[in-house]
Amino acid sequence: MNSTWSRFNITSIVLGFAFLYLPIVLLIVFSFNESKLVTVWGGFSTKWYVSLFHNQGLMDATWVTARVGVISATVATVLGTLAAITLTRYTRFRGRVLFSGMVFAPLVMPEVITGLSLLLLFVAVGLDRGFFTVTLAHITFTMCFVAVVVQSRLVSFDRSLEEAAMDLGAPPVKTFFQITLPVILPAIISGWMLAFTLSLDDLVIASFSSGPGATTLPMKIYSQVRLGVTPEINAACTILIAVVAVGVIIASIANKRREIQRQLDEQAAQRG
Amino acid sequence: MKSLGSIRRDFAPWNDPNAKPYIQFDKVTKKFGDFTAVNNLSLTIFEREFFALLGASGCGKSTLLRMLAGFEEPTAGRILLDGQDLRGIPPYKRPVNMMFQSYALFPHMTVEKNIAFGLKQERMPGSDIEKRVAEMLKLVKLEQFAKRKPHQLSGGQRQRVALARSVAKRPKVLLLDEPLGALDKKLREETQFELMDLQQELGLTFVVVTHDQEEAMTMADRIAIMDKGEVMQVATPAEIYEAPTSRFVAHFVGNVNMFEGKVAEHTANATRITGATGAEIVVDNGGKAAAGSDIVFAIRPEKIKVSSKKPADAVNALEGEVYDVAYLGDMTVYHIKLDDGQIVRASALNASRVTEDPLTWNDRAWVSFRPDAGVVLTR
Repeated sequence: MNSTWSRFNITSIVLGFAFLYLPIVLLIVFSFNESKLVTVWGGFSTKWYVSLFHNQGLMDATWVTARVGVISATVATVLGTLAAITLTRYTRFRGRVLFSGMVFAPLVMPEVITGLSLLLLFVAVGLDRGFFTVTLAHITFTMCFVAVVVQSRLVSFDRSLEEAAMDLGAPPVKTFFQITLPVILPAIISGWMLAFTLSLDDLVIASFSSGPGATTLPMKIYSQVRLGVTPEINAACTILIAVVAVGVIIASIANKRREIQRQLDEQAAQRG
Repeated sequence: MKSLGSIRRDFAPWNDPNAKPYIQFDKVTKKFGDFTAVNNLSLTIFEREFFALLGASGCGKSTLLRMLAGFEEPTAGRILLDGQDLRGIPPYKRPVNMMFQSYALFPHMTVEKNIAFGLKQERMPGSDIEKRVAEMLKLVKLEQFAKRKPHQLSGGQRQRVALARSVAKRPKVLLLDEPLGALDKKLREETQFELMDLQQELGLTFVVVTHDQEEAMTMADRIAIMDKGEVMQVATPAEIYEAPTSRFVAHFVGNVNMFEGKVAEHTANATRITGATGAEIVVDNGGKAAAGSDIVFAIRPEKIKVSSKKPADAVNALEGEVYDVAYLGDMTVYHIKLDDGQIVRASALNASRVTEDPLTWNDRAWVSFRPDAGVVLTR
């Protein structure tokens, strides 16, 4: 393999990263802008961060988003895990292909269609749109993502672990909570994080299914931007990016550490 | 007294008509859809026996073990353990434990917790659990590994943890599914003897499934040879090897020469066999085959003597030519092509460093054997 830094390699890396990160860098830089104009640099300042915390509308929207995210991700994780278990374990029931197709269809369903159909449903059953309906809508569309993540783990799960537990005297329910659940827990946590992230940045489905008093952060940002971008929005987005980045970095460091520790342990075990 | 394989056995409940059977498979059939894994099989295992189920993969031996553990229910027939019908009893209520081929150690628990798992299900008091776990760790010599997780252990250590975990509850029967399959050859041989010692020490009944005949011969009191869901023969290792009752068993265990033939005549204490070999074979144990019936005479390579001249006192001697010689150090294997074209395999122990009667390729040679050296098979 050629590992020298040719001019071509450097150029393509710089261009590639610029393409990916220039917009975000711009957004972050202008969140520290003194000037009220978004595109003109007027000196460094953190005043938009201060004013952000006094913007009641944005703070309310953040709180709504956080609650919708946590509740919908938790419910979606429970339902998605159950669906994944059913699909991997009971491979012979009637209509399995149809069921698995239906669980995974929302993955590729255009969000506009999901949102619109949910809206029609809520109207048809006379459900007042608000916090409850957004949460319900987010459960619906994130559940299948959880199911995919958990199912991929279950496929490689050694069933003899469960048989061994039962053989040693644990009834099926106890076996599930003491053996199966702890072993697949990392996948379930990833599923939850994915569901939470999806809920956090969803705009389309939330716009369809939300109502007065339940404006999520993406909806709020979008509506404010239509009235003109203020550096305050930049500041809000920067905080959002920081939160997500810190989460990702912590998760990957923990993962890496565990992997290294595992390799060391295995080498030690081989030496005896 | 003459005895097969010259091993004296004190423990032989299968020869005692009054012995109480411990595990009984009574006309057990197991079907998976259209596939019959176990076909109308009956089998008796006695208390404290080391019993091996030996067969190629897909012969139904693992299914038999899984039915005993309770992971599968028989389609028909009954399984009795100590007089109790096991039908409908779930695995977590059966007084048997199993050691899995993959070991199935719980990856999120330490060695200690793995061993204690079964005891906790029994709601044994904590101090008793500690005592028992310590005892088990000592038994398998893993005291200093108690706090390790399974992935921090070598293959041999994992195998011992699995063993300790499966005997910790003192089950009535221990089921072992290919217990040594994942170990390398040297470790496997050591572990075979460890398992035998452990079985003696604990006084448990062991049922082991294996496809390795050497493993079964080494460890088991009795072996059941299985094929296509049926038991072909149940006997001690010596009987299986020296007195197989069918061509399948004779072929399956060890090497064998087979001569097709016909029973010509029964005399007072011998049977004359004529057949494809041209020459006649005289045996003293062919009584069960009817005169005139088609039979197969099976003889092990080490029971055949090879010499350059016809031995004067030989009852059975066939002439041919040395076709192949393989010197293996401890013994030499000859392939002798008889004059009718059949190739006979004979092995000679190299008991001395020099031989007076060396044979090499294309030499004329005689193969000879005693009347009691082989067996007459009717099926």
